[in-house]
Amino acid sequence: MIEVKDLYKSFGDVKAVNGVTFQARDGEITGLLGPNGAGKTTTLRMLYSLLPPDQGQIRIDGLDPTRDAMEIKRTLGVVPDSRGLYSRLTARENITYYGELHGMDKASIAKRIEHLTGTLDMADFIDRRTEGFSQGQRVKVAIARAMVHEPQTVLMDEPSNGLDVMSTRALRHYIRSLRDDGHSVILSTHIMQEVAALCDRIVIIAKGEVAADGTAQELLERSGCDSLEDAFVQLIGSEEGLLA
Amino acid sequence: MKGLTTVFRKEVKENIRDRRALFNSLLLGPLLFPLLFVGMMWFLESAEKERAEKALELPVIGAEYAPSLIRFLEQQGTEIEPEPEDPEEMVRSQEVPVVIRILPEYPEKWAAGLPAPVEVISDPSRQESNAPIRRVKALLYGYGQQIGSLRLQLRGVSPQVASPVMVKDVDLSTPKSRAILAVIFLPYVLMITAFTGATHLAMDTTAGEKERKSLEPLLINPVPRWQIMTGKMITTTVFAMASLALTLVSFRIVLPYMPVGAFGMDLTLGLATLLNILLVISPVAILAAALLTLLASFAKSYREAQSYMGLVILIPMIPSLIFMANPIKAETWMMGIPLFSQNLLIGEIIRGESVAVGWLGLSVASTLAIGLILAAMAATLYNRPKLIFSGS
Repeated sequence: MIEVKDLYKSFGDVKAVNGVTFQARDGEITGLLGPNGAGKTTTLRMLYSLLPPDQGQIRIDGLDPTRDAMEIKRTLGVVPDSRGLYSRLTARENITYYGELHGMDKASIAKRIEHLTGTLDMADFIDRRTEGFSQGQRVKVAIARAMVHEPQTVLMDEPSNGLDVMSTRALRHYIRSLRDDGHSVILSTHIMQEVAALCDRIVIIAKGEVAADGTAQELLERSGCDSLEDAFVQLIGSEEGLLA
Repeated sequence: MKGLTTVFRKEVKENIRDRRALFNSLLLGPLLFPLLFVGMMWFLESAEKERAEKALELPVIGAEYAPSLIRFLEQQGTEIEPEPEDPEEMVRSQEVPVVIRILPEYPEKWAAGLPAPVEVISDPSRQESNAPIRRVKALLYGYGQQIGSLRLQLRGVSPQVASPVMVKDVDLSTPKSRAILAVIFLPYVLMITAFTGATHLAMDTTAGEKERKSLEPLLINPVPRWQIMTGKMITTTVFAMASLALTLVSFRIVLPYMPVGAFGMDLTLGLATLLNILLVISPVAILAAALLTLLASFAKSYREAQSYMGLVILIPMIPSLIFMANPIKAETWMMGIPLFSQNLLIGEIIRGESVAVGWLGLSVASTLAIGLILAAMAATLYNRPKLIFSGS
């Protein structure tokens, strides 16, 4: 359960996040939808406590990232925008490293990797060095290392960036399975179809503010449009960033 | 502290698999410098030998005016060359280093017992001419002395009257302390090795990690940032130390093949000496790792970090360059200055002198203190979000 209230963050004169408020419940996929540069990544970075907010309140299962940073990091699984792997380590070693950083013991890491290799279909490359991995393989390893400690809350920044159709399908399937297991999932994206296909709730962000918030059905009704795409354009008030 | 050891183990594993890291830390310094050293010694020795043994070829103008001088020169092993057309031009164009001209008034002055003029034509600004010029002048001076003594004797005066002062050399230098080249060169090499051994890792674990976009996900893990950074710096220090130890071992192996006799050098690096040197230089490895990590953390990419390193590598050279230009006597206060103190102490150890424990302690403590302050600064650097995201 994530609660964000009146969040502000600016870099110099640029107001990246300008009063964002939303909630993400357990057992739901919440999509942060917005054009490029709308403030989605900055919002997520404040959630996973890498950036301190200028103003406003964040609670993740009751914890405050500015005060309980270490505790929050233990309960979060994050696939950030940067998802560099260590190319001289195998996929398994990459994931193991993160498990150890979470303080897990060898046996539970190994067991967890076995499980993730199955769900994410990584058996072909789990013991290969990640040098030369395809984009899809990279994302799978990045997800696996973020999920190694079985986090309750999952944050993903544009997870399907650069993936082909098959990989995207597999990814969506996995995200749905997380929801069905009762996790709270937030994903940021600028891709309409992704939101339509995946998200239970949609938070539309534009210019650092929440333009609209609700289920797909609610957004359609509120805007009076037939398609989500038209609703999106109408709600943010421009087509800017849509084609990117 | 578990996070720290996890980071350390992973960095070691990853960098041992990295050919560039192995090459920079464990091969370049340990192999290149000792070979360079030996090569330099061989070159110096053979050049010295050649100059000393080669017969001096000396073009003489007006040889007919001074047959007894010419005979003397020939007896001393000089090959008298015929009179050249344009001696000044010959010297200028470096065909010969030195030409002597015996002036026509020589016989007249000689007979009158007055100083007879001989010109030495040369260009002393040319380094390589200095040895032959010195030889020619020494020969002419020797001839003059000999004739002067004879003349005094003929007049019934003891030649000793003309030598009121007798200068004697009393040489107290041990063969080891004559190993002057090694005294300057080895500290210089070790100082540079401490830095080159640390450079690649310091850059790869900070700027490189940022460039490969693995820094942000790493920092999302529940490990305090100072532990992550310290784990990285310890890895860098270990690689720098390994680089230093290998360099010393490689010197140890190479030394017996050096032309020792020619320099009166007795330089054997025993195990105790090696360990002593390693103890003295270890704090420099920590200092280098901390300083380089601190600087590289500001860079957005490996390449940008590299451009800083070009300047940093000058730092360990400064003390050696100063000592080369102006050798100074070690004093207590100098032990407080990192790099200087190690330079002086390693020099003392190689010279075979025992090093005062107080000096050693002061040197280790001061360098370690500065290294740890820099390390503390580097460890907290990524608390600034600006540095994590720059370039992403």
